[in-house]
Amino acid sequence: MELKACGDRAILLDCADLDEALAWHAALSPRVEAVLGARTVLLRGEPAALRSLLVETRPAASDTARPSDQAQPSDAVRIPVTYDGPDIAEVATLTGLTTAEVVAAHTGRPWTVAFAGFAPGFAYLTGGDPRLHVPRRDSPRSRVEPGAVGLAGEFSGVYPRASPGGWQLIGRTAVPLWDLDREPPALLTPGATVWFEPVQSGEAR
Amino acid sequence: MSLRVVTPGPSTLVQDAGRPGLAHLGVGPSGAFDRAALRQANRLLGNPEDAAVLETFGGLTLVAEGRHVVALAGSAGAVLVDGSPMSSGRAIVLREGSTLEVAAPAHGLRRTVAVAGGIAVPEVLGSRSRDTLAGLGPDPLAAGDQLPVGPAGRVPPHADVEPTPRSGDLEVRLVPGPRDDWFTPGALALLCRTGWRVSDRSDRIGVRLDGPPLERRRTDELPSEPVVRGSIQVTSSGLPVVLGPDHPVTGGYPVIAVVRDADVDLLAHVAPGRMVRFRRAGPARGA
Repeated sequence: MELKACGDRAILLDCADLDEALAWHAALSPRVEAVLGARTVLLRGEPAALRSLLVETRPAASDTARPSDQAQPSDAVRIPVTYDGPDIAEVATLTGLTTAEVVAAHTGRPWTVAFAGFAPGFAYLTGGDPRLHVPRRDSPRSRVEPGAVGLAGEFSGVYPRASPGGWQLIGRTAVPLWDLDREPPALLTPGATVWFEPVQSGEAR
Repeated sequence: MSLRVVTPGPSTLVQDAGRPGLAHLGVGPSGAFDRAALRQANRLLGNPEDAAVLETFGGLTLVAEGRHVVALAGSAGAVLVDGSPMSSGRAIVLREGSTLEVAAPAHGLRRTVAVAGGIAVPEVLGSRSRDTLAGLGPDPLAAGDQLPVGPAGRVPPHADVEPTPRSGDLEVRLVPGPRDDWFTPGALALLCRTGWRVSDRSDRIGVRLDGPPLERRRTDELPSEPVVRGSIQVTSSGLPVVLGPDHPVTGGYPVIAVVRDADVDLLAHVAPGRMVRFRRAGPARGA
């Protein structure tokens, strides 16, 4: 882990990977306001005080830092998906799988919410089948529909509302990801376990 | 007790101290762009410092329904009550039916209008701020809106403030990093040497700057990482964007430097076409 300056009200911990970032996040939050990225942790506060705190802090053991290890199976969020996304053939080509195998890979293992960002209710899901690691699209779409299910890098995610987006879209869900009348309004919060389930439809098979 | 909106001008938003600490929901901090002006205007009225105010480009006309006391801060400009010019650095009494006109600022960009008791629209996730990126909080003001006002405390009798004079152009201090090493060695020097023109595509999400492109040394994709208000992101065009209050929680472009927190407020007042310069400040440790 390397310390990076981030202005005069925060510092950034630059980690080797998501696991190391999760370990530091688990060790520091909620003592300080800590925001997770894909391999970084932002700590808000006076930089000199944060640096002193880090001297006396060790990252949490990696086997306790992964949020999925604390989740009960009964807490899992199940998201039904129709796998007819516009990029599912491209994802099949990139991964060397058939589209049916892409669906099986996406639904065959639990995902866990690592961190949130991009938009309210947007969760970066990790821990799925490593065969599904694909790059973002070369050119982002100017509009992605709410409920679109995508892949990018090591992550999967569901767009909570219409927005521009560069992820490879493999399907869609009708489950609302963001609802201000719900507490919390985000369906997926860090630590949650997520299973995607295929909706049987002609196009998805 | 309320204020009725006759004309909202190009954009008038309700703002308070925002929604800190909700990154785990994907919700950014938002809040008043000029936080010093928020506190100043509220202090003039005896309000809590973070009571909800209006953030406006001017062209705003309100009618008092009931007796109200208001105060302005931020960029300076004309204020009229029933057509008569008022001094804007102190509390202004509006009688029942009085019309308040807040003109576009003579210099600068955004004006802060506070009312004794605070704007009392319902809170969303603990704040009355409009987050323009997330689409959270009260809608932008529209003609005919009735803005509820909270119960006023005792307005301090003698307080007054000078609106900060704005010459138009601006110099702000920055701290290099966290991703200055993703750029060629000359990029940071170029950032600090250049007079950057504020683009008309600037908004509360980011102040976009036009000038010479900053060259990257690393061209791979940056894994999404948290950003802060004042982060200077460099997009694929090589041009810098200084993130404002409605920035997303995480971003995918490298941040070459971060504007010092107190100086970010000043960026609320640079109009498109004006120049911004950056001056290198040491990191907070003084190294």
